[in-house]
Amino acid sequence: MNKILVSGKIEGIVLKSNDPINFLGTVDKKTGIISDKDHTLFEKSIKNSILVFPSGIGSSVGAYTIYSIKSNNTAPLAMICKKADLTVATGCALANIPLITISDKEFESIQTGMKILLDTDSTNPIVHR
Amino acid sequence: MELTREEESALKGEQGEIMQMAYRILVATGEATDAEKLIPIEWAHLSGVNYNTIGDAGEEFLSKISKDARVKVKTTLNPMGFDIDNVSNYKLDENFISKQLSIKNSYETMGVIPSFSCIPYEIFDIPKNGTQVAFAESNAAIHANSYDNLKTNKESAFSALASAIVGKSPYSSLRKEDTPNITIQMKVKDPNELTYGMLGFYAGKIGDTSVNISGLAQMDQRQCKAMCGGMGTSGTCAKFNFGEGDSNTEKIDFDEKEMQTVHDELNTSEKGDLITLGSPQLGLDEISDLTAKLKGRSFQKRCMVFLPRTVKQQAQKIGYITELERAGCEILSDCCTCLTPLISKDDVDAVTTNSIKGAFYLKNSNGVGVNLKSLKEIVEDETR
Repeated sequence: MNKILVSGKIEGIVLKSNDPINFLGTVDKKTGIISDKDHTLFEKSIKNSILVFPSGIGSSVGAYTIYSIKSNNTAPLAMICKKADLTVATGCALANIPLITISDKEFESIQTGMKILLDTDSTNPIVHR
Repeated sequence: MELTREEESALKGEQGEIMQMAYRILVATGEATDAEKLIPIEWAHLSGVNYNTIGDAGEEFLSKISKDARVKVKTTLNPMGFDIDNVSNYKLDENFISKQLSIKNSYETMGVIPSFSCIPYEIFDIPKNGTQVAFAESNAAIHANSYDNLKTNKESAFSALASAIVGKSPYSSLRKEDTPNITIQMKVKDPNELTYGMLGFYAGKIGDTSVNISGLAQMDQRQCKAMCGGMGTSGTCAKFNFGEGDSNTEKIDFDEKEMQTVHDELNTSEKGDLITLGSPQLGLDEISDLTAKLKGRSFQKRCMVFLPRTVKQQAQKIGYITELERAGCEILSDCCTCLTPLISKDDVDAVTTNSIKGAFYLKNSNGVGVNLKSLKEIVEDETR
């Protein structure tokens, strides 16, 4: 089911991960680069991307990490998940990063490199450009 | 979620940035947990106090928002990393101490009561039955729902803080009528507080938001706290319903076999180099009982005793603290075994404790071995 957790309107390029993300300890706060060797996004930067991933995992303190990367200008422009978890939800709320959840089918249809417009006020919040 | 016109206006930023952020947190939490609205709460209890857990990002965030944010309802606070009265006895660096004091200062500036306790249900008056509160500390949320007739979700540090600032919380899960689909049948004979801690830990692993629990004998406060602490550690579950539940619920036994599995997971050492008591922190009854049990005996190794400052002050007046110090106890207020920076694997191989919650964090966060013993065994084996 589609949910709007944090509203906003932004255009950007998708960076997609099929792995969940543990923001505490996986993301370098200074650079926004994923530092976990076992993660599919290892060595990729999430900075200024539309980050698409199934859900967040791990400690709720990870919400502070999301706040930190926003303060350091290394945060994604927006996040899109399949499932809403409290860590990512509160982290995006703290940092004012737009966050929505989408269906499995929509999730499958989005790929890294796509340019999309996210507008949470629209009846069709994701528009491919 | 349905918001009132005033709530919509706050979310748009018409009541300032802090209110906007607080509403953003409540809406994001509410949407994630399928709440249809916000409801007023009368008391918030915050986690996210110990510098050991929230780090620089947390310290900076709190310092920034404390300039403008003020809490609207009674708000109490979880333990921090140390007891300022004796922090110099421990190997903590200046950076840790100054960052921790900054966090303390930020919360006080926001109007939070500096209780530094994970047992608010024991040191503050409990409001009338059915009162909606917002407790972030897991053992406190479970105790509030299960024993104190209050209603709270297992809040995150952020939803509790936002609830404190706004005076409202998302109306979701445990705030509504909740019928668990699992009943745990307690089968272990002659349980002590360690047994109840393991029962709670087991229940937290298999329950979703709440579980029924049957077969419990009369329990004392120590045992109730142990069960809540255990459950809060292992999962998302935040309420015990006492009784069998209806016939549709799945029945699961907690017997010697299940207990042994939990014991094997958490008990990693044959003996400890030091003892910790208190996770959750000890209340006055437990301090009184410990004093009585010691009866002139002394610990043969270090024994750290964690309790809230208000309990320490009461215990001092009665003379318990003098007696515990005579027995060799290190008395620590404002902090707790759970996520303590005062125990390091550089100095200690293993810790003896009667707390399942403490054991979990000692093992996983401090990286030390854990030796589980009931308080009775600790007094028998470790004092002379």
